[in-house]
Amino acid sequence: MPAAPLLLQQLSVAFPGAAHTAPVAGQTEQQYILENLNLTVAQGEQIAIIGPSGAGKTTLLHTLAAAHQPANGQFQFMNHDVWSLSNRERHALRRHLFLAPQTPPLPARQRVVTAVLAGRLPQWTLAQALRNLIKPADPLSAWQALQRFDLQHKLYARVDKLSGGERQRCGLARLLLSDASLLLVDEPLSALDPTLALQTLNTLQQEAKLRNATLICSLHQVELARQHFSRIIGLRAGKVMFDSDKVNDQMIADLYRNAGSPEQHSLHMTAPDQTDFPDAPRCF
Amino acid sequence: MTPQANHTDIEHDPAWRMRITISFCMLVLLWPMLIITEFKPWQLIDAQSLAATWRFLSGFFPPAHSAEFLLIVLEATWQTIAIATAGLVLALLGAIPMTLIVNEHLSISRIGSRRMHGMARLLRQIVRWKLVLLRSVPELVWALLFVRLVGLGPTAGVFAIALTYSGMLGKVYAEILEANDAHATDSLLRNGSSRLTAFLYGALPNAAPELISYTIYRWECAIRGSVVMGFVGAGGLGQRMDESMKMLSGDEVSTMLIVFVLLVGLADLTSKLFRKALA
Repeated sequence: MPAAPLLLQQLSVAFPGAAHTAPVAGQTEQQYILENLNLTVAQGEQIAIIGPSGAGKTTLLHTLAAAHQPANGQFQFMNHDVWSLSNRERHALRRHLFLAPQTPPLPARQRVVTAVLAGRLPQWTLAQALRNLIKPADPLSAWQALQRFDLQHKLYARVDKLSGGERQRCGLARLLLSDASLLLVDEPLSALDPTLALQTLNTLQQEAKLRNATLICSLHQVELARQHFSRIIGLRAGKVMFDSDKVNDQMIADLYRNAGSPEQHSLHMTAPDQTDFPDAPRCF
Repeated sequence: MTPQANHTDIEHDPAWRMRITISFCMLVLLWPMLIITEFKPWQLIDAQSLAATWRFLSGFFPPAHSAEFLLIVLEATWQTIAIATAGLVLALLGAIPMTLIVNEHLSISRIGSRRMHGMARLLRQIVRWKLVLLRSVPELVWALLFVRLVGLGPTAGVFAIALTYSGMLGKVYAEILEANDAHATDSLLRNGSSRLTAFLYGALPNAAPELISYTIYRWECAIRGSVVMGFVGAGGLGQRMDESMKMLSGDEVSTMLIVFVLLVGLADLTSKLFRKALA
């Protein structure tokens, strides 16, 4: 298959539960969490997404992972219009992508080795998956994946014995065992100290380069993003402020300026009007 | 609008009125229920009932303990355990697939659109109704039916437990699984895993202790259930107890009650050990 690009056209994503947001008086309601996005990504590209909290970074990653259906617009992945496929075809496409959510999705009572090897599940048959539960099928690969995040000594520990940062890296070690060609990573460094953050980011980028996978990573560390990613997308209030390989200080300052102003209603500090809780009677 | 303007609105909890209304309605509904059930606890302590209770209970001591009788009890106990265990295993075979079908966390069409596919929703609803049907018929009724079909004896008890309990297990398993956080399962599904593997790797590890402890509790209930069914001829301790009751031999009844206490204690201990091992 030729380069499998990722393509977003005129894409908008609605708020998940529109009724649950209390709009502030005297302000037009923001209808979309992402609005009018256009994005073309070549195979093997590495992109950082930055922007203030609540800008829609996670929603964008979920949309790219076919985990969020856009309200309108087009999303193409591997030359397929993802949302016009049948459920079955769309699910088959999902094994070519890996979405690592911000909170590591690891059951507390699972062992690290099992949690990491779960990255292989889309490739495995049910029999292989069952056998792996009885005895780890490929502990060496899991160990090697953990080693790249400096976590190899936790191979047979249980997930609930790990610290927050260790869990985060354990979740990323799972990524190394998948064979996905699109890696979507949501704030992989949020629980890590600066040294580990650097090591982790390097590992992710090396791995993506090695298998010619596309890497899209949302980050709060603006400086790291600027140092390590050639292409940076600045997202604010659901709109792309810039999408550039030459990001300057002024663009960053504009992106984060007054991020808590009334324009962003989630951070609005004055008391809202009583009548603005549309779903009030339902909260017990 | 100044920050101080709407203090009263902030202190007004929107859920407060609803809570009060619901509590009041529950109390109002409770009253007619007490009347319709002829709830008169003072009847328990008038002289006549106390004397009757005393006559019944005084026969309990000492419990029957002749070697011959103990042997009979032992055999009946073993039969009861066998009925409960076999019934529960059959119930599990029916309940587990139904639980997996009903579980909404394992829906693939739900990912992204938050709406389940129409057919998938229909299938889930049908299985849910099937679970309701299975557990709404009491095991005693099933037992009466099967006694006619397969004759007197433990087989009828096994079938009765299997049917009723698959409905109960299926429902509660599904609720336990849906009460657990779907994050791990979701994440596996989003990355392309199949439903069954997402269940095994995402949901099962955290839900396992609760599932096991509920299953053991159901085994305990099956022991008691098999006794009740023994009264209608489905074998086990129940049938013996029915005979002893009819003979008015309180000492034999009390021996069998002691056996029940031991069995329930055993179930409790097993459950505790499992939970400890998996905690």
